Amino acid sequence: MIGAALAVVGRDLRLALRRPGQALQPLAFFAVVTLLFPLGYTPELDKLRQIAPGVLWVAALLAGLLSLESLFREDAQDGTLEQMLLSGQPLAALALAKTAAHWLLTGLPLTLMAPVLGIALGVPGSAMPGILSSLALGTVTLSLVGAVGAALTLGVRRGGVLLGLLTLPLTVPTLVFGARATELAIAGEGLSGALYLLAALAVLAVTLAPLAVAAALRIGSE
Amino acid sequence: MPELKAIGIRVYRGDHAVLDGLDCELGTGRCLQVTGANGAGKTTLLRVLCGLIEPEEGELWWRGSRISLRSPEYQRALCYLGHLPPLKDDLTGRENLRFASVLRSTSAPGGREAAIGAALAEVGAADFADRPTRSLSTGQRRRVALAALPLSEASLWILDEPIANLDAAGQAVVASLIARQLARGGSVIAATHQELGLPASSRDELVLGADR
Repeated sequence: MIGAALAVVGRDLRLALRRPGQALQPLAFFAVVTLLFPLGYTPELDKLRQIAPGVLWVAALLAGLLSLESLFREDAQDGTLEQMLLSGQPLAALALAKTAAHWLLTGLPLTLMAPVLGIALGVPGSAMPGILSSLALGTVTLSLVGAVGAALTLGVRRGGVLLGLLTLPLTVPTLVFGARATELAIAGEGLSGALYLLAALAVLAVTLAPLAVAAALRIGSE
Repeated sequence: MPELKAIGIRVYRGDHAVLDGLDCELGTGRCLQVTGANGAGKTTLLRVLCGLIEPEEGELWWRGSRISLRSPEYQRALCYLGHLPPLKDDLTGRENLRFASVLRSTSAPGGREAAIGAALAEVGAADFADRPTRSLSTGQRRRVALAALPLSEASLWILDEPIANLDAAGQAVVASLIARQLARGGSVIAATHQELGLPASSRDELVLGADR
Protein backbone atom coordinates (compact mmCIF):
# COMPACT_ATOMS: atom_id res chain seq x y z
CA MET A 1 0.00 0.00 0.00
CA ILE A 2 2.80 2.42 0.91
CA GLY A 3 4.68 1.44 -2.25
CA ALA A 4 1.61 2.13 -4.37
CA ALA A 5 1.01 5.49 -2.66
CA LEU A 6 4.64 6.51 -3.19
CA ALA A 7 4.36 5.45 -6.82
CA VAL A 8 1.40 7.80 -7.25
CA VAL A 9 3.35 10.70 -5.72
CA GLY A 10 6.40 9.89 -7.84
CA ARG A 11 4.37 9.63 -11.02
CA ASP A 12 2.61 12.96 -10.47
CA LEU A 13 5.90 14.74 -9.70
CA ARG A 14 7.45 13.23 -12.81
CA LEU A 15 4.50 14.33 -14.93
CA ALA A 16 4.84 17.85 -13.58
CA LEU A 17 8.54 17.85 -14.45
CA ARG A 18 7.74 16.83 -18.01
CA ARG A 19 5.25 19.67 -18.30
CA PRO A 20 6.71 22.44 -16.12
CA GLY A 21 4.51 25.14 -17.66
CA GLN A 22 1.40 23.72 -16.09
CA ALA A 23 2.98 23.42 -12.65
CA LEU A 24 4.33 26.97 -12.77
CA GLN A 25 1.01 28.61 -13.66
CA PRO A 26 -0.40 28.81 -10.10
CA LEU A 27 2.91 30.16 -8.84
CA ALA A 28 2.99 32.88 -11.48
CA PHE A 29 -0.65 33.69 -10.70
CA PHE A 30 0.21 34.06 -7.00
CA ALA A 31 3.09 36.41 -7.80
CA VAL A 32 1.09 38.55 -10.21
CA VAL A 33 -1.96 38.93 -7.94
CA THR A 34 0.20 39.86 -4.95
CA LEU A 35 2.25 42.36 -6.92
CA LEU A 36 -0.88 44.07 -8.27
CA PHE A 37 -1.62 45.48 -4.82
CA PRO A 38 1.34 47.87 -4.58
CA LEU A 39 0.31 49.12 -8.03
CA GLY A 40 -3.43 49.24 -7.57
CA TYR A 41 -3.76 50.24 -3.92
CA THR A 42 -0.82 52.33 -2.75
CA PRO A 43 2.95 52.10 -2.91
CA GLU A 44 3.23 53.14 0.77
CA LEU A 45 4.68 50.21 2.65
CA ASP A 46 3.02 51.19 5.95
CA LYS A 47 -0.43 50.87 4.42
CA LEU A 48 0.46 47.76 2.41
CA ARG A 49 1.77 46.08 5.54
CA GLN A 50 -1.72 46.32 7.07
CA ILE A 51 -3.38 44.41 4.25
CA ALA A 52 -0.45 42.06 3.57
CA PRO A 53 -1.85 39.09 5.57
CA GLY A 54 -5.16 39.12 3.74
CA VAL A 55 -3.55 39.64 0.35
CA LEU A 56 -1.05 36.81 0.78
CA TRP A 57 -3.64 34.33 2.04
CA VAL A 58 -6.39 35.10 -0.45
CA ALA A 59 -3.91 35.02 -3.34
CA ALA A 60 -2.44 31.71 -2.13
CA LEU A 61 -5.93 30.27 -1.75
CA LEU A 62 -6.96 31.23 -5.28
CA ALA A 63 -3.66 30.07 -6.78
CA GLY A 64 -4.04 26.69 -5.09
CA LEU A 65 -7.58 26.42 -6.41
CA LEU A 66 -6.39 26.99 -9.99
CA SER A 67 -4.50 23.73 -10.14
CA LEU A 68 -7.04 21.69 -8.20
CA GLU A 69 -9.50 21.32 -11.03
CA SER A 70 -7.17 19.06 -12.98
CA LEU A 71 -6.18 17.02 -9.91
CA PHE A 72 -8.39 14.04 -10.81
CA ARG A 73 -9.78 15.15 -14.16
CA GLU A 74 -6.76 14.17 -16.25
CA ASP A 75 -6.55 10.78 -14.60
CA ALA A 76 -10.27 10.26 -15.18
CA GLN A 77 -9.97 11.19 -18.85
CA ASP A 78 -7.06 8.92 -19.70
CA GLY A 79 -8.39 5.96 -17.73
CA THR A 80 -5.63 5.78 -15.12
CA LEU A 81 -8.11 6.73 -12.39
CA GLU A 82 -10.11 3.57 -13.14
CA GLN A 83 -6.93 1.55 -12.74
CA MET A 84 -6.40 3.15 -9.33
CA LEU A 85 -9.98 2.34 -8.33
CA LEU A 86 -9.43 -1.28 -9.39
CA SER A 87 -5.93 -1.72 -7.98
CA GLY A 88 -7.16 -3.40 -4.81
CA GLN A 89 -5.30 -0.75 -2.81
CA PRO A 90 -7.15 1.39 -0.26
CA LEU A 91 -8.48 4.25 -2.35
CA ALA A 92 -8.16 6.72 0.53
CA ALA A 93 -4.40 6.09 0.63
CA LEU A 94 -4.11 6.76 -3.11
CA ALA A 95 -6.26 9.88 -2.73
CA LEU A 96 -3.97 11.09 0.04
CA ALA A 97 -0.99 10.44 -2.24
CA LYS A 98 -2.55 12.46 -5.07
CA THR A 99 -3.19 15.29 -2.62
CA ALA A 100 0.34 15.10 -1.24
CA ALA A 101 1.70 15.47 -4.76
CA HIS A 102 -0.57 18.48 -5.28
CA TRP A 103 0.74 20.07 -2.09
CA LEU A 104 4.35 19.44 -3.06
CA LEU A 105 3.73 21.04 -6.45
CA THR A 106 1.55 23.95 -5.31
CA GLY A 107 1.29 24.47 -1.54
CA LEU A 108 4.98 24.11 -0.79
CA PRO A 109 6.27 26.43 -3.55
CA LEU A 110 3.55 28.99 -2.70
CA THR A 111 4.69 28.91 0.91
CA LEU A 112 8.31 29.40 -0.08
CA MET A 113 7.41 32.29 -2.39
CA ALA A 114 5.28 34.16 0.16
CA PRO A 115 8.13 35.75 2.19
CA VAL A 116 9.75 37.04 -0.98
CA LEU A 117 6.51 38.53 -2.24
CA GLY A 118 5.91 39.86 1.27
CA ILE A 119 8.87 42.20 0.80
CA ALA A 120 6.89 44.02 -1.89
CA LEU A 121 4.09 44.44 0.65
CA GLY A 122 6.40 45.87 3.32
CA VAL A 123 6.54 42.72 5.45
CA PRO A 124 9.59 42.84 7.75
CA GLY A 125 12.19 40.08 7.60
CA SER A 126 11.44 39.11 11.19
CA ALA A 127 7.98 37.90 10.12
CA MET A 128 9.38 35.33 7.66
CA PRO A 129 9.40 32.29 9.99
CA GLY A 130 5.82 33.00 11.08
CA ILE A 131 4.59 33.41 7.50
CA LEU A 132 6.38 30.26 6.36
CA SER A 133 5.03 28.09 9.14
CA SER A 134 1.46 29.38 8.96
CA LEU A 135 1.25 29.01 5.18
CA ALA A 136 2.87 25.58 5.26
CA LEU A 137 0.15 24.37 7.64
CA GLY A 138 -2.64 26.26 5.90
CA THR A 139 -1.87 25.04 2.39
CA VAL A 140 -2.02 21.42 3.59
CA THR A 141 -5.64 21.98 4.62
CA LEU A 142 -6.39 23.84 1.41
CA SER A 143 -5.05 21.00 -0.76
CA LEU A 144 -7.09 18.42 1.13
CA VAL A 145 -10.35 20.37 1.23
CA GLY A 146 -9.85 21.24 -2.42
CA ALA A 147 -9.30 17.60 -3.30
CA VAL A 148 -12.74 16.77 -1.88
CA GLY A 149 -14.22 19.48 -4.08
CA ALA A 150 -12.24 18.30 -7.10
CA ALA A 151 -13.46 14.73 -6.63
CA LEU A 152 -17.07 15.86 -6.20
CA THR A 153 -17.01 17.99 -9.35
CA LEU A 154 -15.29 15.29 -11.40
CA GLY A 155 -18.41 14.47 -13.39
CA VAL A 156 -19.29 18.11 -14.03
CA ARG A 157 -18.27 19.64 -17.30
CA ARG A 158 -16.25 22.80 -16.71
CA GLY A 159 -16.54 22.37 -12.97
CA GLY A 160 -13.98 25.06 -12.13
CA VAL A 161 -16.44 27.66 -10.85
CA LEU A 162 -18.45 25.06 -8.96
CA LEU A 163 -15.23 23.81 -7.41
CA GLY A 164 -14.53 27.32 -6.12
CA LEU A 165 -18.05 27.73 -4.78
CA LEU A 166 -17.82 24.40 -2.97
CA THR A 167 -14.31 24.75 -1.65
CA LEU A 168 -13.86 28.41 -0.72
CA PRO A 169 -16.49 28.50 2.09
CA LEU A 170 -14.90 25.43 3.65
CA THR A 171 -11.52 27.12 3.75
CA VAL A 172 -12.78 30.10 5.79
CA PRO A 173 -11.46 28.81 9.15
CA THR A 174 -8.01 28.29 7.65
CA LEU A 175 -8.13 31.73 6.06
CA VAL A 176 -9.17 33.41 9.34
CA PHE A 177 -6.52 31.76 11.51
CA GLY A 178 -3.87 31.94 8.80
CA ALA A 179 -4.30 35.63 8.16
CA ARG A 180 -4.36 36.24 11.91
CA ALA A 181 -1.12 34.29 12.37
CA THR A 182 0.50 36.32 9.60
CA GLU A 183 -0.75 39.55 11.14
CA LEU A 184 0.76 38.58 14.51
CA ALA A 185 4.02 37.61 12.83
CA ILE A 186 4.24 41.01 11.11
CA ALA A 187 3.49 42.78 14.39
CA GLY A 188 6.25 40.74 16.03
CA GLU A 189 3.91 39.13 18.57
CA GLY A 190 3.62 35.49 19.59
CA LEU A 191 1.59 33.48 17.08
CA SER A 192 1.71 30.00 18.56
CA GLY A 193 -2.02 30.06 19.39
CA ALA A 194 -3.00 30.64 15.78
CA LEU A 195 -0.46 28.07 14.58
CA TYR A 196 -1.91 25.43 16.91
CA LEU A 197 -5.36 26.05 15.46
CA LEU A 198 -4.00 25.84 11.90
CA ALA A 199 -2.25 22.59 12.78
CA ALA A 200 -5.45 21.21 14.31
CA LEU A 201 -7.35 22.01 11.11
CA ALA A 202 -4.62 20.36 9.04
CA VAL A 203 -4.74 17.19 11.15
CA LEU A 204 -8.53 17.09 10.87
CA ALA A 205 -8.28 17.45 7.08
CA VAL A 206 -5.59 14.77 6.76
CA THR A 207 -7.80 12.39 8.74
CA LEU A 208 -11.15 12.96 7.08
CA ALA A 209 -10.56 14.36 3.60
CA PRO A 210 -9.01 11.22 2.01
CA LEU A 211 -12.07 9.17 3.01
CA ALA A 212 -14.39 11.77 1.50
CA VAL A 213 -12.28 11.95 -1.67
CA ALA A 214 -12.35 8.17 -2.02
CA ALA A 215 -16.14 8.05 -1.67
CA ALA A 216 -16.59 10.90 -4.14
CA LEU A 217 -14.27 9.28 -6.70
CA ARG A 218 -16.23 6.01 -6.52
CA ILE A 219 -19.48 7.86 -7.18
CA GLY A 220 -17.92 10.04 -9.85
CA SER A 221 -16.57 7.13 -11.85
CA GLU A 222 -19.87 5.24 -12.10
CA MET B 1 -17.33 -24.38 -9.79
CA PRO B 2 -17.49 -21.38 -12.09
CA GLU B 3 -14.88 -18.66 -11.75
CA LEU B 4 -17.49 -15.93 -11.80
CA LYS B 5 -21.25 -15.99 -11.71
CA ALA B 6 -23.60 -13.01 -11.86
CA ILE B 7 -27.25 -13.37 -10.97
CA GLY B 8 -30.02 -10.90 -11.74
CA ILE B 9 -27.86 -7.88 -12.50
CA ARG B 10 -30.05 -4.80 -12.93
CA VAL B 11 -28.64 -1.39 -13.81
CA TYR B 12 -30.63 1.74 -14.53
CA ARG B 13 -29.60 4.92 -16.29
CA GLY B 14 -32.38 7.28 -15.27
CA ASP B 15 -35.63 5.39 -15.96
CA HIS B 16 -34.09 3.20 -18.62
CA ALA B 17 -32.92 -0.27 -17.61
CA VAL B 18 -29.57 -0.85 -19.31
CA LEU B 19 -29.29 -4.33 -17.85
CA ASP B 20 -32.53 -5.93 -16.73
CA GLY B 21 -32.02 -8.98 -14.60
CA LEU B 22 -29.04 -10.38 -16.43
CA ASP B 23 -27.47 -13.72 -15.50
CA CYS B 24 -24.12 -14.89 -16.73
CA GLU B 25 -21.50 -17.42 -15.87
CA LEU B 26 -17.83 -17.74 -16.63
CA GLY B 27 -16.03 -21.05 -16.27
CA THR B 28 -12.44 -21.37 -15.10
CA GLY B 29 -10.08 -21.44 -18.07
CA ARG B 30 -12.75 -20.16 -20.44
CA CYS B 31 -13.39 -17.03 -22.42
CA LEU B 32 -16.80 -15.39 -22.35
CA GLN B 33 -17.36 -13.25 -25.41
CA VAL B 34 -20.02 -10.59 -24.86
CA THR B 35 -21.70 -9.37 -28.02
CA GLY B 36 -24.72 -7.26 -28.74
CA ALA B 37 -25.80 -4.18 -30.65
CA ASN B 38 -24.50 -0.74 -29.73
CA GLY B 39 -26.24 0.37 -26.56
CA ALA B 40 -27.07 -3.18 -25.49
CA GLY B 41 -25.06 -2.67 -22.32
CA LYS B 42 -21.80 -4.47 -23.05
CA THR B 43 -19.58 -1.85 -21.47
CA THR B 44 -22.01 -1.41 -18.58
CA LEU B 45 -21.92 -5.13 -17.88
CA LEU B 46 -18.12 -5.19 -17.90
CA ARG B 47 -17.97 -2.18 -15.60
CA VAL B 48 -20.43 -3.85 -13.23
CA LEU B 49 -18.38 -7.03 -13.21
CA CYS B 50 -15.20 -5.22 -12.29
CA GLY B 51 -16.88 -3.13 -9.60
CA LEU B 52 -16.84 0.29 -11.22
CA ILE B 53 -20.63 0.45 -11.31
CA GLU B 54 -22.74 -0.65 -8.39
CA PRO B 55 -25.78 -2.49 -9.79
CA GLU B 56 -29.22 -1.64 -8.43
CA GLU B 57 -29.88 -5.31 -7.88
CA GLY B 58 -28.08 -8.56 -8.37
CA GLU B 59 -25.41 -10.67 -6.79
CA LEU B 60 -21.97 -11.77 -7.79
CA TRP B 61 -20.34 -15.06 -6.91
CA TRP B 62 -16.62 -15.52 -7.29
CA ARG B 63 -15.02 -18.93 -6.81
CA GLY B 64 -17.99 -20.23 -4.88
CA SER B 65 -18.57 -17.39 -2.45
CA ARG B 66 -20.74 -14.34 -2.71
CA ILE B 67 -18.62 -11.22 -2.81
CA SER B 68 -18.96 -7.50 -2.75
CA LEU B 69 -17.78 -6.13 -6.08
CA ARG B 70 -15.38 -3.85 -4.28
CA SER B 71 -13.63 -6.49 -2.25
CA PRO B 72 -9.88 -5.88 -2.58
CA GLU B 73 -9.15 -9.60 -3.07
CA TYR B 74 -11.47 -9.74 -6.07
CA GLN B 75 -10.10 -6.52 -7.53
CA ARG B 76 -6.52 -7.76 -7.17
CA ALA B 77 -7.50 -10.92 -9.05
CA LEU B 78 -8.92 -9.05 -12.01
CA CYS B 79 -7.42 -6.80 -14.63
CA TYR B 80 -9.73 -4.46 -16.54
CA LEU B 81 -8.82 -2.86 -19.82
CA GLY B 82 -11.38 -0.35 -21.05
CA HIS B 83 -11.64 0.94 -24.57
CA LEU B 84 -9.21 3.76 -23.71
CA PRO B 85 -5.63 2.61 -23.08
CA PRO B 86 -4.92 3.79 -19.50
CA LEU B 87 -1.64 5.51 -20.34
CA LYS B 88 -0.19 8.87 -19.43
CA ASP B 89 0.81 10.84 -22.53
CA ASP B 90 3.92 12.31 -20.92
CA LEU B 91 5.36 9.01 -19.73
CA THR B 92 6.97 6.37 -21.88
CA GLY B 93 5.26 3.02 -22.33
CA ARG B 94 7.72 1.40 -19.97
CA GLU B 95 7.14 4.04 -17.28
CA ASN B 96 3.39 3.61 -17.62
CA LEU B 97 3.69 -0.13 -17.15
CA ARG B 98 6.07 0.28 -14.23
CA PHE B 99 3.50 2.49 -12.50
CA ALA B 100 0.70 0.01 -13.23
CA SER B 101 2.79 -2.82 -11.83
CA VAL B 102 3.76 -1.01 -8.61
CA LEU B 103 0.18 0.22 -8.18
CA ARG B 104 -1.07 -3.36 -8.16
CA SER B 105 1.89 -4.48 -6.00
CA THR B 106 2.53 -7.40 -8.34
CA SER B 107 5.04 -9.91 -7.03
CA ALA B 108 7.10 -10.17 -10.27
CA PRO B 109 9.27 -13.08 -9.12
CA GLY B 110 12.06 -12.50 -11.63
CA GLY B 111 12.23 -8.77 -10.97
CA ARG B 112 9.87 -6.03 -12.09
CA GLU B 113 11.96 -4.70 -14.98
CA ALA B 114 12.40 -8.18 -16.43
CA ALA B 115 8.64 -8.81 -16.20
CA ILE B 116 7.91 -5.51 -17.95
CA GLY B 117 10.42 -6.31 -20.68
CA ALA B 118 8.91 -9.76 -21.21
CA ALA B 119 5.37 -8.37 -21.35
CA LEU B 120 6.38 -5.71 -23.86
CA ALA B 121 8.10 -8.29 -26.03
CA GLU B 122 5.05 -10.54 -25.85
CA VAL B 123 2.78 -7.86 -27.34
CA GLY B 124 5.39 -6.67 -29.84
CA ALA B 125 5.78 -3.25 -28.24
CA ALA B 126 9.44 -3.45 -27.23
CA ASP B 127 10.59 -1.22 -30.09
CA PHE B 128 8.57 1.82 -29.08
CA ALA B 129 8.29 1.26 -25.33
CA ASP B 130 10.81 3.97 -24.52
CA ARG B 131 9.15 6.68 -26.56
CA PRO B 132 6.73 9.11 -24.89
CA THR B 133 3.22 7.75 -25.25
CA ARG B 134 2.22 11.08 -26.82
CA SER B 135 4.19 10.17 -29.96
CA LEU B 136 2.61 6.73 -30.40
CA SER B 137 -0.18 5.84 -32.79
CA THR B 138 -3.55 4.57 -31.51
CA GLY B 139 -2.64 0.97 -32.32
CA GLN B 140 0.76 1.27 -30.67
CA ARG B 141 -0.84 2.66 -27.51
CA ARG B 142 -3.25 -0.21 -27.55
CA ARG B 143 -0.34 -2.68 -27.70
CA VAL B 144 1.45 -1.03 -24.78
CA ALA B 145 -1.80 -1.16 -22.80
CA LEU B 146 -2.18 -4.86 -23.62
CA ALA B 147 1.21 -5.53 -22.06
CA ALA B 148 -0.38 -4.64 -18.70
CA LEU B 149 -2.44 -7.85 -18.90
CA PRO B 150 0.32 -10.48 -18.58
CA LEU B 151 2.09 -8.11 -16.19
CA SER B 152 -0.92 -7.88 -13.86
CA GLU B 153 -0.74 -11.52 -12.73
CA ALA B 154 -4.55 -11.39 -12.66
CA SER B 155 -6.56 -14.58 -13.05
CA LEU B 156 -9.53 -12.78 -14.59
CA TRP B 157 -9.18 -10.39 -17.50
CA ILE B 158 -12.07 -8.10 -18.37
CA LEU B 159 -11.52 -6.57 -21.79
CA ASP B 160 -13.63 -3.96 -23.55
CA GLU B 161 -13.12 -4.10 -27.33
CA PRO B 162 -9.61 -5.57 -27.03
CA ILE B 163 -8.93 -5.72 -30.76
CA ALA B 164 -10.25 -2.31 -31.75
CA ASN B 165 -7.66 -0.26 -33.67
CA LEU B 166 -5.30 -3.20 -34.06
CA ASP B 167 -3.84 -4.51 -37.32
CA ALA B 168 -3.94 -8.21 -38.21
CA ALA B 169 -0.69 -8.87 -36.34
CA GLY B 170 -2.05 -7.03 -33.31
CA GLN B 171 -5.25 -9.08 -33.37
CA ALA B 172 -3.17 -12.23 -33.45
CA VAL B 173 -1.29 -10.94 -30.40
CA VAL B 174 -4.57 -10.52 -28.52
CA ALA B 175 -5.66 -14.02 -29.52
CA SER B 176 -2.39 -15.53 -28.32
CA LEU B 177 -2.47 -13.51 -25.08
CA ILE B 178 -5.98 -14.81 -24.37
CA ALA B 179 -5.05 -18.36 -25.36
CA ARG B 180 -2.06 -18.31 -23.01
CA GLN B 181 -4.20 -16.89 -20.18
CA LEU B 182 -6.76 -19.68 -20.66
CA ALA B 183 -4.02 -22.32 -20.80
CA ARG B 184 -2.69 -20.95 -17.52
CA GLY B 185 -6.11 -21.62 -15.96
CA GLY B 186 -7.17 -17.97 -16.04
CA SER B 187 -10.42 -16.65 -17.46
CA VAL B 188 -11.32 -13.85 -19.82
CA ILE B 189 -14.42 -11.77 -20.45
CA ALA B 190 -14.23 -9.78 -23.67
CA ALA B 191 -16.80 -7.50 -25.25
CA THR B 192 -16.29 -7.38 -28.98
CA HIS B 193 -18.10 -7.63 -32.29
CA GLN B 194 -15.15 -9.10 -34.08
CA GLU B 195 -13.85 -12.63 -34.12
CA LEU B 196 -11.30 -13.15 -31.39
CA GLY B 197 -9.72 -16.06 -33.22
CA LEU B 198 -10.18 -18.54 -30.41
CA PRO B 199 -11.18 -22.19 -30.79
CA ALA B 200 -14.90 -22.63 -30.15
CA SER B 201 -14.16 -25.23 -27.49
CA SER B 202 -12.79 -22.61 -25.07
CA ARG B 203 -15.27 -19.90 -25.87
CA ASP B 204 -18.79 -19.13 -24.64
CA GLU B 205 -20.92 -16.38 -26.02
CA LEU B 206 -23.31 -14.01 -24.29
CA VAL B 207 -25.57 -11.98 -26.56
CA LEU B 208 -26.98 -8.89 -24.87
CA GLY B 209 -30.32 -7.39 -25.80
CA ALA B 210 -31.31 -10.48 -27.77
CA ASP B 211 -34.78 -10.65 -26.26
CA ARG B 212 -35.72 -7.08 -27.06
